[in-house]
Amino acid sequence: MSYLDEIPITPIADKSSTANRTGTWRTFRPVIEYEKCTRCMICWKFCPDAAITLEDGEKYAATNDRIKQMIDRAPVIDYVHCKGCGICANECPVDAIQMVKEA
Amino acid sequence: MVKKVITGNGASANGARLSRPKVIAAYPITPQTSIIEKLAAMVSNGELDAKFIKVESEHSAMAACIAAQNTGVRTYTASSSHGLALMHEVLMWAAGARLPIVMTDVNRAMGPPWSIWADQQDTIAQRDTGWIQFYVASNQEALDTIIQAYKVAETVNLPAMSIEDAFILSHTMESVDIPDQETVDSFLPPYEPKFRLKVGEPMGFGSLVMPEGYMEFRYKISEAMDEARNVIRKVGKEFGETFGREYGLVEEYKTDDAEVVLVIAGSVASTAMEVVDMMRDEGKKAGVLRIRSFRPFPYEEIRKVAKQTGLFGVFDRSYTGGFGGAIGTEVKAALYNTGDTPPVKNYIAGLGGRDITPKVLNKIFEDMFDSLNAGVKKEVEWVGLRDGTGRW
Repeated sequence: MSYLDEIPITPIADKSSTANRTGTWRTFRPVIEYEKCTRCMICWKFCPDAAITLEDGEKYAATNDRIKQMIDRAPVIDYVHCKGCGICANECPVDAIQMVKEA
Repeated sequence: MVKKVITGNGASANGARLSRPKVIAAYPITPQTSIIEKLAAMVSNGELDAKFIKVESEHSAMAACIAAQNTGVRTYTASSSHGLALMHEVLMWAAGARLPIVMTDVNRAMGPPWSIWADQQDTIAQRDTGWIQFYVASNQEALDTIIQAYKVAETVNLPAMSIEDAFILSHTMESVDIPDQETVDSFLPPYEPKFRLKVGEPMGFGSLVMPEGYMEFRYKISEAMDEARNVIRKVGKEFGETFGREYGLVEEYKTDDAEVVLVIAGSVASTAMEVVDMMRDEGKKAGVLRIRSFRPFPYEEIRKVAKQTGLFGVFDRSYTGGFGGAIGTEVKAALYNTGDTPPVKNYIAGLGGRDITPKVLNKIFEDMFDSLNAGVKKEVEWVGLRDGTGRW
């Protein structure tokens, strides 16, 4: 069977685009300072590539009691997919995200 | 079936309603607005079981239709002029993704100069997007074409556009047969997608294909467009059997013995047919070949009529800024390798909604007879140009 006969009418992949490791494109990496972060989730909402996930657990526990009472989750950058566009750092209302040049 | 006096936009809204789209995403633009206002009202009052998405632009409207259609439901949108131009990128996507989306475009001139009136430039500029294009000539045809467009599009997996003239059809009332839902349902069964995105089954659509693999996907689009030529004929015939109104790629009017034939798309064709009758009363054998489907291009029908006529006039309500109008150059291209072909003269007229009266068309036919006898002196001519010559 020829390639023409084998292919579908439009390219369809049986996996999602998370298979593409776009993190290698990054020049600057966003780094979240969890002491400053108020867990407002604006970065998570604005990330154009869904490369910010919401995580819970001891590691991301808020140090501020007031925040702790409100929410026990924190935004975490997925460096495998983050392209380093900097939108999260730009949008963060408390400047808790710094763009650091990749080594 | 009920008979109602409604506008072209009312006819399009009813054609869409009867086709049962599950998602309608649209952004208003003159003169399309009343189509989506009517559909929004139908969704709101429960007449139509669909999700109506208000979006922030026409680009988003088509993007929403693409996403929704990928989940396996029928979708509809409508736009016009600059709105359609803003959709351009995603029109290409819809065709490449092989999604049988159906939309209405209300033909309106492009600015500047700013204009809201009838002109085919907006849709002619989308010729190469991979969309099927139907140019309708009456309000009835606007309704009928949407129902047929879904059937054709879903058979060949290409999107389709039903195109009606601004104001001349969109805002002008005509008597229209509105078929009942049961009959439409028997003609147009529920949409069965060839592939769809399901919750819990992630898939990637429209992924990157390397140069070794790209061309074959485009070839498949080309094959589908060629197949659409036969499907449109078949569906148009079936429509005639069910509803009593038959359609094809073209409509011929008194071409059998015509010495000159005017090739024309859109509602102006109906005026041209009136003029043909007037000319024939004077013993002048004129005819009209109305192009209903511009994509796929009805080259076989055009060649057939060309064999039996002395001269083609081709009427373009748009201009490509190079050499003639799009329909003019395509008609010539269709004839070029077929041997003994009639001369072709291209008339550019009615841009920006300039009225095309029977008097104007009469002058065009007279010029076609002059060209038949004395040869085509000017291959492309702008009709009614206010250049002080008083020619028209």
